[in-house]
Amino acid sequence: MNQTFIVSPSPHVHSGNSIPNCMYNVLIALIPAFLVSLYFFGVGALVVTLTSVVACVLFEYLIQKFLLKVKPTVSDGSAILTGVLLAFNVPSNLPIWIILIGALVAIGIGKMSFGGIGNNIFNPALVGRVFLLISFPVQMTTWPKPDALTTHYLDAETAATPLGLLKQGLPIEATTTDMLLGNVGGSLGEIGAIALLIGLAYMLIKKIITWHIPVSILATAFIFSWLTNGFDATDALQQLLLGGMLLGAIFMATDYVTSPMTHKGMIIYGICIGLLTIIIRRWGAYPEGMSFAILIMNAVTPLINKYVKPKRFGEVKK
Amino acid sequence: MLKTFRIGGVHPPENKLSAGQAIINAELPKQAVVMLSQHIGAPAQAVVAKGDKVKVGTLLAQAGGFVSANIHSPVSGTVAKIDTAVDAAGYQRPAIIIDVEGDEWEESIDRSETFVKECKLDAKAIIDRTKECGIVGLGGATFPTHVKLLPPPGMTATILIINAVECEPYLTSDHQLMMEKGEEILVGVEILRKAINVDRAVIGIENNKPDAIKHMKELAADYPAIEICPLKVKYPQGGEKQLIDAVIRRQVPSGGLPIATGAVVQNVGTAFAVYEAVQKNKPLVERIVTVTGKSLAKPSNLRVRIGTPISQLIDMCGGLPLDTEKVISGGPMMGKAVVSTDMATTKGCSGVLLIRDLESRREEMQPCIRCAKCVSACPMGLAPNVLAKAATYQNWECAEEEHVMDCIECGSCSFTCPAHRPLLDFIRQGKAKVGAIIRSRNAK
Repeated sequence: MNQTFIVSPSPHVHSGNSIPNCMYNVLIALIPAFLVSLYFFGVGALVVTLTSVVACVLFEYLIQKFLLKVKPTVSDGSAILTGVLLAFNVPSNLPIWIILIGALVAIGIGKMSFGGIGNNIFNPALVGRVFLLISFPVQMTTWPKPDALTTHYLDAETAATPLGLLKQGLPIEATTTDMLLGNVGGSLGEIGAIALLIGLAYMLIKKIITWHIPVSILATAFIFSWLTNGFDATDALQQLLLGGMLLGAIFMATDYVTSPMTHKGMIIYGICIGLLTIIIRRWGAYPEGMSFAILIMNAVTPLINKYVKPKRFGEVKK
Repeated sequence: MLKTFRIGGVHPPENKLSAGQAIINAELPKQAVVMLSQHIGAPAQAVVAKGDKVKVGTLLAQAGGFVSANIHSPVSGTVAKIDTAVDAAGYQRPAIIIDVEGDEWEESIDRSETFVKECKLDAKAIIDRTKECGIVGLGGATFPTHVKLLPPPGMTATILIINAVECEPYLTSDHQLMMEKGEEILVGVEILRKAINVDRAVIGIENNKPDAIKHMKELAADYPAIEICPLKVKYPQGGEKQLIDAVIRRQVPSGGLPIATGAVVQNVGTAFAVYEAVQKNKPLVERIVTVTGKSLAKPSNLRVRIGTPISQLIDMCGGLPLDTEKVISGGPMMGKAVVSTDMATTKGCSGVLLIRDLESRREEMQPCIRCAKCVSACPMGLAPNVLAKAATYQNWECAEEEHVMDCIECGSCSFTCPAHRPLLDFIRQGKAKVGAIIRSRNAK
């Protein structure tokens, strides 16, 4: 018999997991939140999300093909995910041209300038979002009022978000039930606490992420806001349910590339994000601090990875 | 809660296709190729010459040092030549080639089926006998057994752990051996216990073999010093360090010997070989080999004479399927892909696995997305992505600082990587280089 065989070092089997598998599972986990958004923000949610996804995928393709001259890797799903997350972090009445700028910054500066997937320091969607927030503060903070199945997009009725009202010390109308279901103003994908938590459960069951980052962020934010606001548990709970807290803790801070490698490191990272968010919300100029907190901790991640090592087997104390 | 090791681990699909298949004797080869280096340590030195007549059990080659093992003839016939043959790693290595004639055994070997329970030998005589009979670890590492039974000065054994984990997917030889030779295995365990003078032995079996756990528990009722310990299914539990941690919650210190925890670990197949050596005076001339694969007609557990070409084993199980693209000696996680099916069975060959075309190819490597799944999977608590990167950039200082030498090469990192990065390939390079650097530093 003179058959030739493939010879390679072990292991000879693979788990079958892949980058697209991870990315598409995160996208599946985002579906409940997207449905809530479609219901309360209507056609605007659809337009903004589609624009952002198409723009992110297109920019990645064009940059890889013509600028970097490498094989485009848009099929791995990461550009789609960046597109969805960028859309989820902006108001649903944002004009298309601003979304395009956000997508270009997210993909071009946030991701490709560092060398593409796996090499970026900051979460690309948040780079895009913060760029837009600073460049277009008016459009980025003019929030549509939730209006079931509305067909208004740019001309949607607007209102202050509960988080904005809290910042100014004004009373809020929305009840806890509204916050859980998503009947509140805010960025496109951050409303609907229950829907976001369903996404979290899905990702935990599918073992896409572990509990360490979301739980440490949420627990820290709750305890810290309770401690700094006269032990007011209702306010502390609202801090979790309002704004980008859940979206950030579940979907943005858990981005593989920009978060620490070890469980201990993830907890340190999560605690710091929780603290920073509440500090910004309480004492900073912005009503919302999640994006900044995550970006700051993205920058600290390499340092955490350097000093927080996994627990070794049979470690000998020196 | 079932016991298991505490750090990392993965769960590859078990695919135990040959489970429950009774052990059948493989046909004798026409020509046996007996490698002189089929154990860890120095190659054995041939003591026969071309033209010599040999019987089954005749000493062919003598241990070439303290860490080495005798090799006996697995067949009867005439020594055709002393030459080289390709081993599992693909290298030409010295081998004795014997033309098989009949099946005549040395008279000193007790070939009867009688079960001998009492062992009259003392510890020293037992160790000498395992040495004479060329017994090596049959789990795959092939470390000479007598060396493990003689702890270095200042170290004492407190417990004997028998490795019946068989955590490699596909392999079932240990499982089937327990079902058929349980009584003999327990006597072998008692002999090993006597050799190292400990009063407790634990047989670790993964929970995916409930029949073996039940069977061995029933048999062990007559042996108060032997305990059967069911373990949660998790790879690489059959790793010596992982098994010790799972059973007695002690971790072998980094860079240290397993005996530092007081445990001596022996494979269950080795325990059976020790029984045969001590009670029947039978050298290690055959072993159980699982021959398996998803397209193979009859996945089987065969009793195979050492030196039999694996092509013959595959033929016995229905022939080589057309879609075979990779042939592995051992299991899919740590086994070696062989160049040709002419390769001869060795003492360490626990399985022959045929992998089909699509499954045998690696996917294209993607950039690392730092998901850290390899970090969670590593049973040694290392950061495989960091080690692989250090090796890629030839940053050997970094590789050493990150404890590349602790890697046991279990492959959990490469298995789990969603970017299909061959992490272990890089880490092996790092180990080889850092190992050489450490040796040259120590030599100074």
